[in-house]
This record gives sequence, C-alpha cells and structure tokens, in this order.
Amino acid sequence: MKRFSCGEVVELTPAYLDDGLDEPVRLLLEEHLVCCRECGRDLDQFRTVIGALGALPPEPPEGLREDVRDRLMSAFRGRKGH
Amino acid sequence: MVAFAGGTLPPDDVVVAALRAGDEAMFATLLDAWSRGMLRLARSYVSTGESAQEVVQDAWLAVIEGIDGFEGRSSVKTWVHRILINTAKKRSAREERAVPWSSVFERGEGAATGLPGAADGAEPPPAFWKRFSAVRPTPEDEALASEVREQIAEALAGLPVRQRVVITLRDVEGCTSEEVCEILDISTANQRVLLHRARSWVRERMKAYLETVGRPD
Repeated sequence: MKRFSCGEVVELTPAYLDDGLDEPVRLLLEEHLVCCRECGRDLDQFRTVIGALGALPPEPPEGLREDVRDRLMSAFRGRKGH
Repeated sequence: MVAFAGGTLPPDDVVVAALRAGDEAMFATLLDAWSRGMLRLARSYVSTGESAQEVVQDAWLAVIEGIDGFEGRSSVKTWVHRILINTAKKRSAREERAVPWSSVFERGEGAATGLPGAADGAEPPPAFWKRFSAVRPTPEDEALASEVREQIAEALAGLPVRQRVVITLRDVEGCTSEEVCEILDISTANQRVLLHRARSWVRERMKAYLETVGRPD
C-alpha cells in the first residue's frame, strides 16, 4: 500500500486542515502522522495557532460605539414607519 | 422577538422576513452578533478605529437600504459581510489617496521596520503602519496569555491584507471556507493558499512559544 512521504504530507497539509481531503487520502496522511514525529509536531503547531487565533478577544473590546449603534437603530426605525 | 441565547440566530428566511417587517429586536440582534467581527475585519483595511466604526456603520446602512432587494442567493451573514468588505475596500482606497506620508510616520510605531513582506506578490496592507496594539488583554478569564496574544496581533498586522482578511474570517471569526470564498469572491483553492500562507506566517512568528507547548520529546 502507498505511504506518504513527509514532502507529500506538507503538500497536503493545507487541504487536510481545511477538511478538504477525500477519506482514503486523509487516512493515509493520518497513518503517516502516527509514525512521523516531525509532521505530527508541525500539525500540532498549526492547530495551536488556529486555536490561539480563535481565542483572541474582541477588538476593539467595547465593540460598536454607542452613538453609532443608536444611529443605526434609528435609521432602521426610519425605514418603515411603524 | 426573543433574544437568541448562545448566539444562535433563527433561519435566514425568518431573519429576512423580520427585517423587512421592521422588527427592531431582530436588527439589534444582528448588530450585536456581527458588529464586533465586522469591526475587526474593517480594521484590516483602514488605519484607525474611528474609520472602522464608520465603515461598519456605512455597511449596516447599506444593509438597511438593501434588505428589500436581498435575493437570498447567499446567506444573510455572507451578504452582510460582502457589503462590509466592499465598503471597507472603498474606504481604504480613499484613505490611500488622502493619507500624506508625514502622518503615516506620525502614526507609526516602527513603521519603517514593520513593512510586511510583499514577497508573495500580494498587495501590501493599505495601512501597514497600523499595529493591533488595541488588542488589550482582559484579566485572568482569558485562556491565552497576553504576551501570546500580542505576538499573534503583531503577526496578523504584518500580513498582506488579503491573507489577513482570510485568516481573520476563518480562524478568528470562525467562518467556513465556503463563506469566506463567497464573501471575498475567491476560489476554494485560492482561499486555501491564502489561509495556509497566513497560518504559516503566524506560526513562524510564534515559533518560540510553540516550541514550549509542543509535544514532550
């Protein structure tokens, strides 16, 4: 059965992280990850980065300015006279 | 209209019907659900928080204006974010014409050294001097150490704008790849390339931290 090289795994990583691999290819890649420390660590690092990005606090922390929000609410109200 | 606990919005047809009927609670719900993310995205294009607020305001005004004509060819979220991106791009083009170099350097913190690599041929960010210094850590309940957050913010600020917007949409705001492709009108392959370059860049910038949290050898 075919085995992936590290180079092939690197090549496929973007699609793998994007859930974009067909099942058989994904399984082959995961098989490689089980025995290749280096590729496994690379992927772990990508996952850590993705997790860290998802944990960023809102910016700006206060969100939409109150006066902007008020203006938008009254613009919406003015759209339909109800 | 009830509040939507847990951030779950009702299906699009319900949202659209409510907006068309002038349901203020529904509009307020969308405003509160999406505006923070929209502000962050807008900041990828424009140089100040003030401009970002105006971009988001103008985008929502366009949404109010356009809701009757919304055809449902994409989701409401995608539609709103497309409007946001277009509004931000226009604003950014205006800024680029208007911002004199002197003010660039007044604003900048190390602007001369902070130039992002345009090596991949993408356009440099229109507001490359901008740092995401506004990312302020809130206390202990945040899992991520403030130092790491700063590293990430700096890394994001150093990205070319297209990569920054893709990674922001995907990894920070949690959009799916389909949504990102629709919002930015790019192909799946292009989205994946931009995303992977951006993630690789951030990973490279966080290398020291990542080595400490890596698998025990």
